[in-house]
Amino acid sequence: MAKELWKGNEAIAEAAIRAGCRCYFGYPITPQSEIPEYMSLHMPEAGGVFLQSESEIAAINMVYGASGAGARVMTSSSSPGISLKQEGISYMCGAELPGVIVNVMRGGPGLGTIQPAQGDYYQATRGGGNGDYRLIVFAPANIQEVVDLMQEAFELADKYRMPVMMLLDGMIGQMMEPVEWKRPALSPEDLPAKPWATTGTKGERRPNIINSLFINPDACNDHNRHLEEKYQRVIENEQRYEINDADEAEVLFVAYGTPARLARAAARLLGEEGIKAGVFRPITVWPYPYEALHEAASKESVRAVVTVEMSTGQMVDDVRIGVNGIKPVSFVGQAGGVIPTPREVADAARKALGR
Amino acid sequence: MNLPEKQITILAGHYGTGKTEFAVNLAIAMARDGRKTALADLDIINPYFRSCERSRELEKAGVKVYMTSGRGKADIPALPPDIASLFIDHSRQSVIDLGGDPAGARVLGFYEPQLEEADFDFWFVINRNRPENATVGKTVHYLRQTQAMSRQDLTGIVNNTHLGRETTADDILRGDEFAAQVARAAGLPLIYTVGERRFEQALKGQLKGPFFPIDIYMIKPWELSSEEGGHFAWLLEE
Repeated sequence: MAKELWKGNEAIAEAAIRAGCRCYFGYPITPQSEIPEYMSLHMPEAGGVFLQSESEIAAINMVYGASGAGARVMTSSSSPGISLKQEGISYMCGAELPGVIVNVMRGGPGLGTIQPAQGDYYQATRGGGNGDYRLIVFAPANIQEVVDLMQEAFELADKYRMPVMMLLDGMIGQMMEPVEWKRPALSPEDLPAKPWATTGTKGERRPNIINSLFINPDACNDHNRHLEEKYQRVIENEQRYEINDADEAEVLFVAYGTPARLARAAARLLGEEGIKAGVFRPITVWPYPYEALHEAASKESVRAVVTVEMSTGQMVDDVRIGVNGIKPVSFVGQAGGVIPTPREVADAARKALGR
Repeated sequence: MNLPEKQITILAGHYGTGKTEFAVNLAIAMARDGRKTALADLDIINPYFRSCERSRELEKAGVKVYMTSGRGKADIPALPPDIASLFIDHSRQSVIDLGGDPAGARVLGFYEPQLEEADFDFWFVINRNRPENATVGKTVHYLRQTQAMSRQDLTGIVNNTHLGRETTADDILRGDEFAAQVARAAGLPLIYTVGERRFEQALKGQLKGPFFPIDIYMIKPWELSSEEGGHFAWLLEE
């Protein structure tokens, strides 16, 4: 099929419909409003439900309800709106409900700015809600990857019965790139059955119960152990990453989303000066590909690891865990909607190398 | 290729058509032709990838830049009163870059009294590779919605069919043919077929619309490098 030019936010919405999602609940906020806008137009055409809720809190609870009833369902928002959804996300994890949550990040904290940022990394990977829980978090860096990961996000959500987050900075949501629709579009009939869902007993089985309340501490402890086992399976099977030009690299950049592209541009600038630079890009930021990063950093040629973020430094914690002291780790970034320039990133690498 | 004769040229289109890229290039081409030129970024829809982000380049070329409040970064931008001077200042030719979608064209309603007196063209920019422009029917539907929302009649079609960095001469040719069909269906002239300057030779003598060569100004942040920076050297200096 010929390539088309898609805006990141529109591509997310279209990819969800093609993944068989027929329920969207959300509330508009810049820089992701094209997602509900696109859904409002095209979800009804696909025979699905678009509902603009009265708030982000209502939207995530509608996701909880629809997911409990077995629907493939999603919501989307941007940073402050995602903060509002945290209670619902924690409840979905507790009740083991699949669903896809898209966060097109803007500058924070608070209302912040509508320009692109990555300040929600801790919230996405450490949990902004209560309790011991995890989300699978995908961090695409181009629109084709957005589209490809969207279907996978729904599949993994169903497979592990847990929410999956798509974590994008505003630049990825707002920019345009060519897209090829590689996978055939799914309809809800193509999706795997959910025998646990509350679809009505029809007098033939005991009722299914969707719940995150465990009064008995032993039962709640058992439930936590069960979730932890599941998260361990996710850690073992679902890590994704990409490494560019890391052979003989003196400096290894680590970045996700837009900064990964800045890092590649910086690597080209450094290459012009004869400094070899590689880029390690986590595609899942939870589970974080610690071992793969450790291996990349442990190469003899690597003298410095430089983390690039559009925040004041959050993922750098995971980079330090992965590198585990075998090489010096430093950080370069801008926050609040400012995008570092490739030159700034290259300068940080030179400084880390002592040049 | 002839540059606009009218005092004001207004550009509308679905987002992703590259109307902003064309607006910046058109204003710079007019200024380089020795005309007193202004560009007004009246996008009230989108706070990203806006013509006013290139103010410094435009001003360096001699183009006066008008923009919405908050330097185009506001969530709900306002229209500063100085924009109205565009309609009065007959010594200057202006390009107005509207926001994407029919909703973006709504802003013209505000200037309806001024437009009644003004000498202007109103062009619709299309990109065949955008899903919303995929068929003649869809495109003409969008075009009519844009007219309804702006309360103005369009006066021409501009073909800017592209695929970003992956654009080929073939894309532009197919877009040119498509735009000619849209123009016929809408009863409007095809004003230009837009393409990067590097395609000029390959497309010579094959196009239905006069070729308007452009340089890429609306680059992405990671496209700033010493070789590609070119006229953006100032951004790297900051």
